[in-house]
Amino acid sequence: MNSIREACTNMKHEHNQCFNFLKGDGSEDPYDDLFKSYQQCIQKSVKEKEIPIERLEFMGHGKEKPENSS
Amino acid sequence: MVKYFLGQSVLRSSWDQVFAAFWQRYPNPYSKHVLTEDIVHREVTPDQKLLSRRLLTKTNRMPRWAERLFPANVAHSVYILEDSVVDPQNQTMTTFTWNINHARLMVVEERCVYRVNSDNSGWTEIRREAWVSSSLFGVSRAVQEFGLARFKSNVTKTMKGFEYILAKLQGEAPSKTLVETAKEAKEKAKETALAATEKAKDLASKAATKQQQQQQQQYV
Repeated sequence: MNSIREACTNMKHEHNQCFNFLKGDGSEDPYDDLFKSYQQCIQKSVKEKEIPIERLEFMGHGKEKPENSS
Repeated sequence: MVKYFLGQSVLRSSWDQVFAAFWQRYPNPYSKHVLTEDIVHREVTPDQKLLSRRLLTKTNRMPRWAERLFPANVAHSVYILEDSVVDPQNQTMTTFTWNINHARLMVVEERCVYRVNSDNSGWTEIRREAWVSSSLFGVSRAVQEFGLARFKSNVTKTMKGFEYILAKLQGEAPSKTLVETAKEAKEKAKETALAATEKAKDLASKAATKQQQQQQQQYV
C-alpha cells in the first residue's frame, strides 16, 4: 500500500515489518529509529497538503456521542 | 440532524489475529478506493496501551447529481484519520475514524470496539457505530427560516399598501395615518352592514306584501 508520499513507501514497509507490539520486544531502538525517519519522510507531503494531523484531538472530539441523534 | 448506524459483526479469528490483520489490511481486493495509508503517530502509554493514528486517503466517489452540485469537491481525495487504542491486557481495541476534509459537505464518524466474542473465545466481535451528518441540513433550515421571515415582512407591506390605496380611492388624503384609515374603514364597514340589513328587511317586507296581493287576485 502506497504512502502519501511515494518516496516513503519502502521506508513505510520496513517500519511495518519491524513493528511487533504484542510480542513485546525489549529491543525498541531499531523500531524507534525506523519510525522517526519514516515520519520525517512523510512530513513533507503532510505539510504540503496542509493536513492538520497534530491539531486534531485524539479519538475525535472526546465528548460522549449520543447513541441516537436522528 | 444526524443519521445513526449501529451494527455488530463477528470474525471467526482470534483477537490476536484480528489485531495483526488490522494493521495489514491494506491493500486488499475490496480496498481499491483506498489510495494511501500511513501511520502518523504511535505511542505506548504507561499502562501498556498502544495509541496510534493512521492517515488514509481515499477516492471521493459521488453520484453524478452530487458532482454537479459540488464541483469543487470532485477533484479532491478524502483525508481520513483513524485513531485507535489497543488494550492488549483486556483484549479490546477501540477505533475512531472520520474524514478531515470535505467536512462542510458531509462528516462521517465511525467508532468500533473489537472484543473477544462472548460465545466463542476464539472469535472476535466488532461493535460498530457511525454518525453521518451534513451542515447542508443547517443551510436548508436557514433558507426556510429566511423565506418565512421575508414572507411575513411582505404581508405587512401588502396590507399597508391596501389601506393606502383604499384611503386614496375614498377621496381621502393619502397622508392620513394608518390608524385613522383603519378606523374609517371599520366605520364604513359598519355603516355598510347596517344599510345592508335595512335593505334586506325592506326587501323581505316588500316580498311579503306582493305575495298577499297575488293570493287575493287568484280568488277573483
